[in-house]
Formats: sequence, structure tokens, C-alpha cells
Amino acid sequence: MMKKNDKVTNIFLSGVGGQGTILASNILTEVFLNAGYDVKKSEVHGMAQRGGDVTTHFRFGKKVYSPLIKYGDVDFLLSFELLESLRYINWVKADGKILINKQEVFPPAVNLGLAKYPQGVEEVFKKYFKENVNVINGQEIAGKLGNVQAANVVLIGAFSKFFPEIKEAAWINAIKGLMKEKLHELNIKAFNEGRKAL
Amino acid sequence: MKKEIKVLQGNSAIARGAWEAGVKFASAYPGTPSSEILQEIADNYPDIYAEWSPNEKVAVEVASGASIAGARVMASMKHVGLNVASDPFMTLAYTGIKGGMVIVVADDPNVHSSQNEQDSRNWARFAKVPMLEPGDAQECKDFTKIAFDISEEFDTPVLLRGETRVSHSDSPVVLEDRKESKIPIGLDPKNATKYVMVPAYVRVRRKFIEERMRKLEAYADGFKFNKMEINDPSIGIIASGVSYLYAKEVFPEYSFLKLGMIWPLPKKMIAEFYKKVKRVIIVEELDPFFETEIKAMGYKVFHGKDLIPNMYELSPEIIEQALKGKKYKAPKIKIKPEDLPRRPPNLCAGCSHRALFYALKKLGTFVFGDIGCYTLTAAPPLQALHTCICMGAGIGGAHGAMKVFGKEGLGKMCAVLGDSTFLHSGVAPLMDVVYNKGNSTTIILDNRITGMTGHQEHAGTGFTVRQESTNMVDYEVLVKALGVKSIKKVDPYKLEETTKIIKEELAKDEPSVIITVNSPCIMLKRANRKFKNPFFVINEDNCRGCKMCLEIGCPAISWREGAGATKDGHKRKGTVFIDKGVCVGCDICTQICKYEAIVPGKR
Repeated sequence: MMKKNDKVTNIFLSGVGGQGTILASNILTEVFLNAGYDVKKSEVHGMAQRGGDVTTHFRFGKKVYSPLIKYGDVDFLLSFELLESLRYINWVKADGKILINKQEVFPPAVNLGLAKYPQGVEEVFKKYFKENVNVINGQEIAGKLGNVQAANVVLIGAFSKFFPEIKEAAWINAIKGLMKEKLHELNIKAFNEGRKAL
Repeated sequence: MKKEIKVLQGNSAIARGAWEAGVKFASAYPGTPSSEILQEIADNYPDIYAEWSPNEKVAVEVASGASIAGARVMASMKHVGLNVASDPFMTLAYTGIKGGMVIVVADDPNVHSSQNEQDSRNWARFAKVPMLEPGDAQECKDFTKIAFDISEEFDTPVLLRGETRVSHSDSPVVLEDRKESKIPIGLDPKNATKYVMVPAYVRVRRKFIEERMRKLEAYADGFKFNKMEINDPSIGIIASGVSYLYAKEVFPEYSFLKLGMIWPLPKKMIAEFYKKVKRVIIVEELDPFFETEIKAMGYKVFHGKDLIPNMYELSPEIIEQALKGKKYKAPKIKIKPEDLPRRPPNLCAGCSHRALFYALKKLGTFVFGDIGCYTLTAAPPLQALHTCICMGAGIGGAHGAMKVFGKEGLGKMCAVLGDSTFLHSGVAPLMDVVYNKGNSTTIILDNRITGMTGHQEHAGTGFTVRQESTNMVDYEVLVKALGVKSIKKVDPYKLEETTKIIKEELAKDEPSVIITVNSPCIMLKRANRKFKNPFFVINEDNCRGCKMCLEIGCPAISWREGAGATKDGHKRKGTVFIDKGVCVGCDICTQICKYEAIVPGKR
């Protein structure tokens, strides 16, 4: 029977298909499994290759039952796109921590001029979550390293700062284990730049 | 082998379980959320022969042959795939098997990517075969292995129920070694009474399957994955799979009867559970399957589908709200997610389907559609696809409608389907069109791959699941053999020519087929698709803001508001903008723009 103090930590990842949210969540999975936790991850994708919204529920703790996080029970929100962070604002606990990538990917209705892309997303989050809100420009940082596609790992680097108990090497090992060797150098740089960014 | 723990996706764990169980043969047709199972086998377990079959019926049939030869076999599919495979499946329940046979069927509660939401547990009851349901990756592996033992012990195919939140969830799994099955490889020609289902032999097997069900019921009572957890006895919850995990999350203090085998039900165990707990709540996703059965056994159900929804997927908070009766209060934030623009999936920038459906829209064609990426063209702004029922239904639909309209229907409608779908179940209805003197037009969108489910090979791509070169179906020759005389090829990127050919074919009073060429999936790496220009940009001197180019719904093109004028003085309310990071230079929008406002960009 689960005791009250066997706390499960809930991380919610959101983004747009093609941004690498699933790879990012795989890194989290490796890191927390190796740190000795029970982990569960659940994702929704499918329906065409690109462009739809992608969400991942990631949970770790001594014992994790449900693969889904309860609505309003998110401890950490890691979002790869501004609108996709706002869409899940109600999922975050009052004292939840938030890391948002400053990127706008327009959905079809916005492209067609039928809907407005929300403005001031950062401010809305800050109003409710104060100093717990962090926004970085993953694309810009990754771009300087020569490949905007590494933005997801920049984000993971920054996100890793929320977990001081986990050693840097654990994250780097997970990245190495999940990627082809020719991508190691770039992604380790991206991870380190991300860590500096927060 | 030292104890190794690895985080696996539910589907990967099923593949691992098959390997550890000594499986020799695996077949499948891709379908979300089941697709990864066979790909995982092909990529990681060379001991297992693996194939993409053209459809689920064939996947089950080839697996049955391998089983009769003595091998342990697995066929995997999504829920609607078992409908296709139901013909061999229902009779295999009679013949039974030789080498263990497990059919994985993955449900899609909440219809993340399917044409209906059905509860596959009903197939187990209907066919009179056992069904197991895992809840996490460890159970996916364990249940797969034990399913093979059950299959061989009781001479039956066994259903393993996956579903989105199990198939696409990852959790730790303890890896073990492979163990070969003890069943000898070999055919037994003297076993016709078991495998030849003519009426006289069927009647014998009919009795056998009833006896088998009784034995399985007894087995279910001692089945090690049916577990009772007695804590607070005031409430006992009966649940299985991921529903158990949700309920356990919300009510860790209550008692549970957790079912690993969900058909047949463990009757003695249920009776015992009713003695141990005061009131029983049944938590199950989709149909009131357990509830109906348990009520039929004469028990009272304190709560079940009276409170828990019988549609869409469950979640911990749905169960909490339903059973605790209080609405979950979200933090006080004044943002309504429903007010934000939705982000539905869209055809990729440069996709050849976009051009073809634009041509159909311009012609005002009613399109009998099918299952694939192109189904997305039903959405705005294209809105160019008008039906989607099941794989292959589009061709039959167009034929039927043409018979109703007669010659008046000429030029007004057609069927459209992809290459994989055509091979899955488009050949037979096309044969029907010719045979029954129809006059409908079928357009085969040949993008050289199964696109929607994430790039699986098929008989038309020239590669097997393990990337070995193989024969490539020649659609033109095949269609000709079916008796179609009018066969045309179109390059969908040439809009004017494509539109002209479609118009001509639709007007012909005979069966006709149009096959797209030069149209590989834009995401298919080996096609190495390169267009003449890397991307396009807007010449703002010319853009009149007419929004014509927005009609194709390309993700690279967006609208920017702002009053202004063209260089030669035409007023406009805004201009369009092309995102060069998204544009691939397919050239479709330039063929639509009347003002030469879309021009090649330079790197």
C-alpha cells in the first residue's frame, strides 16, 4: 500500500510534432531510472508525421502506478513551444516549476488568418507562477552551435538544473546512450549551453 | 544472463516477450497504436521471421500456417484490424493451433487516430478464446510469454489486448533469456479433423471449444496474474490493465481484484472477492464488459457505468470525479484552453497529396476517401474528401454511388486511396468495379510507403520490414490484369496537367484508374526528394493579399495582416508570408498565385 510520503513527481512535456519532445522525454526516462526510481512515461502521437500537438506524461518516484498525470497535478512543465505551454497552464500545480522554449509555431487556423496566436504567454505564466517561470530561446542557442534541431537538448540542459541531486554526468550518459555517436559532440554542447542558460 | 532492467515501451515489451517466449514467426499490418511491435521485432530480434502483411486477415492466415507447422507465432494489429482479420480468427478459434499463437489487438480509447472506438474484449467473448490485458511494460512482456503457454496448453489462439496508454507507455522491464518452445516443427497430415473445417468436423470442434472454455474458466481462477489485494474491505474495486493503475492511483487504500486474464472471468475468485469486501465498484474503460458479466452471475455492482463514462479513455481524475462525486478544481487561472487555436495534424509542407486534392477541389469532385494521411484533406481549408469508412471502402463506395446515378454521375465523383491501402483491401473492390460494369474512377496515391503510421514498407515499396530488397508491385500491370483499360499516370506537382487528366477520366463511361508518379512521401529519406528551388519567398511588391495560396493549407504559408498596396497601386489588407525553414520548394503555391508574388528564394 502506498504511503503518503512516497511522493511521485510529475513532469509534463508539450510541443509540436517534429520538435523532439519524445527524444527529450526518453532522456528523462533514462536519467531517473538510473537514479533508482520507478518511472512511467506515456505519450500521444500518431496522425501524420508532423505538425500536430505532442504531449508526454512522465512520472518518477518510489512506486508509480498511473502512466497519466492527474489534471492540475503537474510539478514541472517543460514546453517546447509558447502556445503549447499555454494550452496546459491549468495542469500545473500552484507551486509548479515551468520551463518554456521561446518559439512560435503557427497552427493552421493562425496561418489562415482565422485565429490569433496568443500574445504575452510569458507574462500570463509569470502572473500566476511568479519566479517559477523560466523562458529560454532554445532555437537561438542551438543555432549558434550550428544546428537548430538540438534545441530540445538545450531545453533538457536547462531543465536538468531543477534536479540538483542528479549529477551532470548522468544526463550526458543518457544523451550518449540514446543518440548516434556522430551527434554526441553537438548534443553535449547543447546540453551544457542549456545548463548555462538557466 | 545478469538481471538487466531496461525502460521499454509497452509495444517493445510485447516484442521482447515474444522473443523470450521462443516465437519464430511474426506478422502484422501497421496501425496506431500497434505498429511498433513488428518493427521492434524486425530491428532487434533476428531469431524471429518478421513480415508486414498486406492486411490483417493475411497476417493472421500466414501466422496460422506457421503455427500448424509447429512454430510459435504472433500477429499484431489495431482494433479495427481484428475486424478485417475476424474471418480467419473466428475459425482458428475452432481449429486451435499447434505452435502457440498470440494475436495482439491494440484498442484506441478516445480515438486518437482511428475511425471508431471499439472494445476488443467483445471479440474474445464472441470467438470463445482467452484474452489477457497488461497494464504496463513489465506486464506486456510477462503476459505475452504466458499467453503462449496458455495457447499451447488449451489449443487456442490467445488475444492480448493492448491500448494506447499501455502500448505507448514506457516503464521498467526485467529482461530474461529466450527459451525455445518444446513443440516440434513438422506437419501432421493425419490431423484433417482438426484443421479442415467442413461441417462434420466443425461440429466436433464446436463441442471442443465449449469444453475448452470450461477448462479455461477453471484455469482463470488459479491464474497467477489475477490478483486479489485486500486492504480496506469497505470497497473492493475490480479492474484490469491501465484502468487498474488509474484506480490504484486514486484509491490506494481500497481492496482490489486485478484481472490479468479478462476472458474468461475467474468465477470462483470473483465469488471469494465478494465475500471479502463489502461493496464492489467496477472500473473499466469503454464497454460495461465485466459489469454485464458479473451482474449476470447474480452479483450486485455498487458502482460501475452508472458513474464511469462508457466512452473515451479514462484517467485518474475521471475516476476520482466519478466516484468521489466532486469536481476536480484546477488552479485559479483564467485561461480557457478551448479558446486557444487548436493544432490538428496537417499534411506536411511539400506533400504530393495536397496538390492532388487541390485539383479535385477545383473540379468540385465528391471524393470517396480512405484511411491514410490524405484523410486529413477533409479538414479546412481543403475540405476535399467526403467519406472515410474503412480501408478499401472508398472504391466500393464510389462504384455504388455511380450505379445509383448512372451516366448522370459521370464527372462528379471518384475514389481516392493510398498505395498501402490499395494493396490492403483495394484490389478486390476494383475487381468488382470492372466485373460489374461500373464506370467509376479510382485514384491511387502512390507515395512509395505506408505514410500515416510512420513509414512501414509494403509489397509496393521494394523492401521488406528488414530492408532487404524484394519484388515491387507494378500497379499499372496489376490494375490492367483486373480488367481496367483506362489507366493514366499523373505527376501531382503539375497542377494543370493533373486537373486536366482527372477531368477526362472522371467523364469516361468505363472503369478508370489514375496512379500518381513522382510523388514519394516528403518525409521518406531514401526518396531523397529535391525540388528545383530550395524554398520560395513572397515578393511583396506583387502580393495583393488575395489569400488564394492559403487555400492549400500549407504549413509554410501564413497570413500577415496590415493595410498596404502593391507596387502598381492595388490596395490590400495584408500579405502572406512563407517560412523558409518549413518550405521545401514544392512549387504548388506558385501555380495557384495569379500575381507572380511567389518567387524562388536563395540560400
